[in-house]
Amino acid sequence: MTIASVTQLVCFIALSLTLVLGSLGVVLLPNIVYSAFLLAGVFLSVAGLYLLLNASFVAAAQVLVYVGAVNVLILFAIMLVNKKEAMAEIPGLLLRRVLSGAVCLGLFLLILRVDLTTPWAVPGPIPLGDDSTVLIGIHLFSDYLLPFELASVLLLMAMIGAIVLARRDVFSSDVITGEAADQGLIEKERTPLLLESTAGETNLLEKV
Amino acid sequence: MPATSIDIPLQAYLVLAAILFCTGVWGLINSRNAVRVLMSIELMLNAVNINLMAFSSYIDGQQIRGQVFAIFVITVAAAEAAVGLAILLSLYRNRETVDMERFNLLRW
Repeated sequence: MTIASVTQLVCFIALSLTLVLGSLGVVLLPNIVYSAFLLAGVFLSVAGLYLLLNASFVAAAQVLVYVGAVNVLILFAIMLVNKKEAMAEIPGLLLRRVLSGAVCLGLFLLILRVDLTTPWAVPGPIPLGDDSTVLIGIHLFSDYLLPFELASVLLLMAMIGAIVLARRDVFSSDVITGEAADQGLIEKERTPLLLESTAGETNLLEKV
Repeated sequence: MPATSIDIPLQAYLVLAAILFCTGVWGLINSRNAVRVLMSIELMLNAVNINLMAFSSYIDGQQIRGQVFAIFVITVAAAEAAVGLAILLSLYRNRETVDMERFNLLRW
């Protein structure tokens, strides 16, 4: 064994441990802020695995998009909705957890069996290594051009959709008559639409 | 360039991705907090990406179509996270909770 392969093996084991423990922490920890930070650790170790697989461009994209954007977005969402609330007890919660754990374990065993018994066609052709970034660029602008353009349209749609969904419905003018609407009236009159009838809670917006 | 296929078997990556995916499924089913559900979905998408990258490196080393596909998956995951969190905010504004058990308006 050369020193390169030993280093590779050690890196792989360390990254795998971080990945498995981190993902377990994401789903099991009671404090969701810790879960979000552990999720960043999981994303980073996945990026490390990509580096081990000779894919530096995808590793960089993983760090930029997942750690830089998605995780920050999740943290923002946690900060916005993190009201301390006592979740109502659900009967049979433990049974549900055990049952779904058994189902997931069965799924894992199934995938494990497929992974280990299928005769994969390895070793395939020699991996490209550092040229992969160039080849990804060539792919994106030749045979994957249409998906590439569709992805840009999808991102635009997601951006507009997120803005439309997350903004408050305040019209600056009446839709029918075209007169200027009374902003204060709209804000005060607005009540949450789907609150259950038992909820006598005061409207958050009224306090503002 | 060193061929990674000699040192670490392909199956190691596949098993790792399977563990990550099953953890994500369990979290998706059992989370009470809606933000944690979105985090579990991200875990599952990452597991799929690990599979794609491993196959791309070990079996399709000259064409690396798996890497291109992984980039598209990352794009869609980013869009999904943005729209999902916007839906979550809007839901929180209307129901004033993030408890998944109370989002049952359309359940039989």
